[in-house]
Amino acid sequence: MVDYEPVIGFEIHAELATASKVFCGCGTEPGAPPNTHTCPVCLGLPGALPVLNVAALEYALKVVLACHCDVPSPAIFERKNYYYPDLPKNYQISQKRAPFGVNGWFEFEVNGAMKRVRILDIHLEEDAGKLVHPQERGAAGVSLVDYNRAGVPLLEIVSGPDIHSVEEAEAYMIAMRRLLRYLGVSEARMELGQIRFEANISVRPVGSATLGTRVEIKNLNSYRTVIRGIEYEVARQTALHRNGERVAQETRLFDDARGITLAMRDKEEAHDYRYFPDPDLVPMRFTPEYLERLRAGLPELPAARRARFISAYGLPAYDAALLTDEKAIADFVDAAVALSAPPKSVSNWTMGELLRLLNERGLSPDALPITPAHLAALITLVESGAINQNQAKQVFAEMFETGKEPALIVKEQGFAQISDAGALEAIVNEVVAANPDPAARYAAGEDKPLGFLVGQVMKRSGGKANAPVVNAMLREKLRGG
Amino acid sequence: MRLSRDEIAHVALLSRLKLTEEEMAQFTGQLNAILDHFAALTEADTGDIDATTHVVPMTNVMRADVQRPSFAPDDALANAPERAGDQFKVPRVVE
Repeated sequence: MVDYEPVIGFEIHAELATASKVFCGCGTEPGAPPNTHTCPVCLGLPGALPVLNVAALEYALKVVLACHCDVPSPAIFERKNYYYPDLPKNYQISQKRAPFGVNGWFEFEVNGAMKRVRILDIHLEEDAGKLVHPQERGAAGVSLVDYNRAGVPLLEIVSGPDIHSVEEAEAYMIAMRRLLRYLGVSEARMELGQIRFEANISVRPVGSATLGTRVEIKNLNSYRTVIRGIEYEVARQTALHRNGERVAQETRLFDDARGITLAMRDKEEAHDYRYFPDPDLVPMRFTPEYLERLRAGLPELPAARRARFISAYGLPAYDAALLTDEKAIADFVDAAVALSAPPKSVSNWTMGELLRLLNERGLSPDALPITPAHLAALITLVESGAINQNQAKQVFAEMFETGKEPALIVKEQGFAQISDAGALEAIVNEVVAANPDPAARYAAGEDKPLGFLVGQVMKRSGGKANAPVVNAMLREKLRGG
Repeated sequence: MRLSRDEIAHVALLSRLKLTEEEMAQFTGQLNAILDHFAALTEADTGDIDATTHVVPMTNVMRADVQRPSFAPDDALANAPERAGDQFKVPRVVE
């Protein structure tokens, strides 16, 4: 039997994190009451004139440059014409024949190897309004429209059909979302619809170079639904091919509840968008100097940062990947190390405590409750012997909750470790006197009782004794050093 | 370039316009007359002129990313044929 392989391309839509909309001054905050972010421009009232938001342009160009695209000159805006109530103008301002970026590529890691996909096109457009279709009785045949989202800048990133497995598909989505967040151009929060995925899928016999008829799947609102949608679609198309049936070129919706894709009811004519240059918006030309300045201003990107965490900080590849997944966390690590904290300790605390607590509380790494200075100070307290590891964990939890300085927490909670030999001597003497047998065996050269004796000292000191100091004292006392 | 009756029907569908056969014939004639009029432009010698997408010799018109006041919902909805609360109420279109 012939084996088939999937051929997958992605269209990723990401809302750009500008303060105002792409062609007008309305706000972009999600969750505002309906129709409170509208004006003559985004409602398409007669005579209103759109003017491009410079931040939306720069954000778009940052992605274009990070994806190694060529920038057409001039780049132009065009009208994509269609009639649907989510667009008050009956056209969407978009880019078609000369978008901001073409012919680029993007590399990401899949199972330890680098994978490169072509980026065919990156264009800037305006998001549409939001339609709700009320389900209650008496609301049949009615839709309600909120135009707050209409005109929010939307970047569309179109990949080549270069992805051949669900693993590659998932890695691509995660890496592209990470890139957008590193560049600071989109929060890309999936639950808010700030990043949306559409996959074009076909299958072909393994080894064949031709492309099969492709099907576009929409309604993919999480990595998981994308993967399930792709798996279903690949199986469906493979079965059609094996039965000698034809795959229809169509758009299908993923039905999350049933885990299947369904053909959308739409007429072929609906895809005749009659693009033409928007006479309201003038062409855009960029000098090489301007583009070079933007390129030079790009932050260190995820792959480079991960490599640096391995080479400069001596961290294992797994740790480096985990710490550079979110830019805010990687920034935190860099800042703590810059405060002279040892990278390995910073890494351990960040992975073991910070990420765990963020995860437990469902908190975003964009708003960390502690600063790098907090962590550096805590590490210094441990290294100087002022507190022990167990106490430090409690201090960390407390500073995560309250944002207090670690030294203050240590003082308030009476956590300070007893390292002073004078203060420990009485306790050590008591423990030796109360446990003559283990003390004698240790003195005679048996190492095992030492742990027990140290434990007894810790117990009597309320966990505050400095364990290495106690070790040394017992050795000195029972074995003469 | 001549528009056929079928092309007019297609454009009417895209524009969600319901035209009678008489209107179809009428608009086919009118639109073809307009196209004929503009066809005169094809006689101009444009061999030395670069293709352009815009008639005004301007580029890179932009605004700062600053919020400006939006409409109050009542103003936004002033022209709405129907409303439900602060939302536009429209016939449902199944996509």
